[in-house]
Amino acid sequence: MDQLLTEIVDKYNYWLYVVLMMIGFYAMIGKRNLVKKLLGMNIFQTAIILFYVSTGVKRGGQIPILDKYAALSHGVDASQIINPLPHVLMLTAIVVSVSVTGVALAILVRIYREYGTLEEDEILEKIRS
Amino acid sequence: MTATNLHLYVMVAPLLSAFAVNLLGRRNRTWIGPIAVGALSFSTIGALLTMQRVWQHGAYRYTVGNWKPPYGIELVIDPLSALMLLLVSTVALIATVGALKSVEQELPGRDHLFFTLYLILVAGLLGLVMTGDAFNLYVLLEITSITTYGLIAMGRGRAPLASFNYIIMGSIGACFYLLGAGYLYILTGTLNMADIASILPGLQSHAAMATAFGFMIVGLWVKMAFFPLHNWLPNAYSLAPTGAGMMIAPLMTKVTVYLMIRIMFSVFSPEYTFFAHAGVQSGIVWVASLAILCASALALAQRNLRRMLTYILVAEVGYMVGGVWLANSTGMTGAVLHIVNDALMTLCLFLAAAAIIYRTGSLDFDRLTGLYRRMPLTMAAFTVGAFSMIGVPPTCGFFSKWYLILGAVEAGHWEFVAALLLSSLINAVLFFRIIEIAYFKPAPQPTSGGVLAGEAPLMLLKPLLLTAFALIVVGISSGPLVSQIIRLALPAGFAP
Repeated sequence: MDQLLTEIVDKYNYWLYVVLMMIGFYAMIGKRNLVKKLLGMNIFQTAIILFYVSTGVKRGGQIPILDKYAALSHGVDASQIINPLPHVLMLTAIVVSVSVTGVALAILVRIYREYGTLEEDEILEKIRS
Repeated sequence: MTATNLHLYVMVAPLLSAFAVNLLGRRNRTWIGPIAVGALSFSTIGALLTMQRVWQHGAYRYTVGNWKPPYGIELVIDPLSALMLLLVSTVALIATVGALKSVEQELPGRDHLFFTLYLILVAGLLGLVMTGDAFNLYVLLEITSITTYGLIAMGRGRAPLASFNYIIMGSIGACFYLLGAGYLYILTGTLNMADIASILPGLQSHAAMATAFGFMIVGLWVKMAFFPLHNWLPNAYSLAPTGAGMMIAPLMTKVTVYLMIRIMFSVFSPEYTFFAHAGVQSGIVWVASLAILCASALALAQRNLRRMLTYILVAEVGYMVGGVWLANSTGMTGAVLHIVNDALMTLCLFLAAAAIIYRTGSLDFDRLTGLYRRMPLTMAAFTVGAFSMIGVPPTCGFFSKWYLILGAVEAGHWEFVAALLLSSLINAVLFFRIIEIAYFKPAPQPTSGGVLAGEAPLMLLKPLLLTAFALIVVGISSGPLVSQIIRLALPAGFAP
């Protein structure tokens, strides 16, 4: 039990992303309201962004900007510098997730105009009748 | 314009013409046809030359913007991707000619918007085929998906709802893939596929590695609608505008199957994929067999031609996934050949469906009566497509099924053989039912306002007949196709 606790506390960032991801996943699958599904999707994507960003972090690390003179005189200690690549990748992923959200919101507007509601059950009922 | 950049122009032509279509087509819709068809013809010729170059000089790698890999993004043109490049651009070109006519009827006044999305989708698919970078692959996957969401939502009635469900499922798939790529990045510190492939064997089989592999493959399965994860596909594809369905249905699932092959062989090694976790490989073949049977059974229950075709599409995904996971070169040959054949067969059937819908306005079975007398050429082409789906010898569907069955026998997976044979029988039942309705039942009397005109317009008929003809030509020439091209395309260390 104690060992499990230290394991969780040591890697708390990963546990956090797993919990967030599951919340998002539940909202996407379990909720009947289409906006809530969309929110769940955003939480899901954000969890993955947090996961990526946390992989680049180092304890006591600095921002990846080098002072030219310091680098020339002392060299570069890679262990002191945070890996910027995951952050850069996530910029692209954020753009992707924003565009997906935009498309989804536009489609939700069309669904609302057509059926007058965003509850999945009510929409299905209207389709059936 | 030099030959070294040729494949890049193949991708850039549809991308740039998308903007041109939006700007010029807004003013005058007569511009749209020439621009779209011109750009895609250029891509097809370029893909043909790329194919020829790969065939003569072998695979090559291309660094975009001269940033050397593993830091920059790399494009890899090996025989398999050259084949896919040619397939995607050809199918897109043929589908575009048909789409021009059906979009004019279905989405009047919005066709410049339709073709903007459509051409970006083609560019995304071409990029997916070439990319050699795991993260780049994710971005291109989302480009194709976002344009597909938009295209599907352009349909009438329930289409926006189907598109929304597709967004939710598609995002889950893409996020799973991204997560897998993240684990690989933690393990190896690189995103370049070749680089990952060279580092991974040095790592002892790690739990994180299996997690990465699982997430990536499951993510792609959601995107390709592999059976238990297929729920979004039938609605999305059958409610999309016919012009969009013609292009999305043949290409999206096939390109995703190609990506799965890419992940399995270019990122992980065949040894890892097939043999590191005993039981996984044969388990997946079992799931594929179940997928084929269940999807075929579901197709039997449909009363609408296009919905029936979408369920057959789900069954075909089972064919290809099963063929790849048979873990021998015969099955793999069958799977790659089936990617080519299935794209052409689906194109043929969806074009025929579009031609029928153009004249009758509906694809419900009871509206198909007497079609053979009214649209003899369309239905002849449809019959060729149907025979190919069933697997009647001179058409191409037979040959890929033959390889798949041989591969399954070789691997000792009799359940896959049984599934293939049973699904061929079910396909025969499905298509002969339609042929019976359309041929033997008398045509309804023209009611007031009912359209009972003859053939579809030439713009739809010509590509349809061309595709039907191609099915037979590809079928007859599948011997040289396999020995000259697909043998080369099999992943290294996996040739017989």
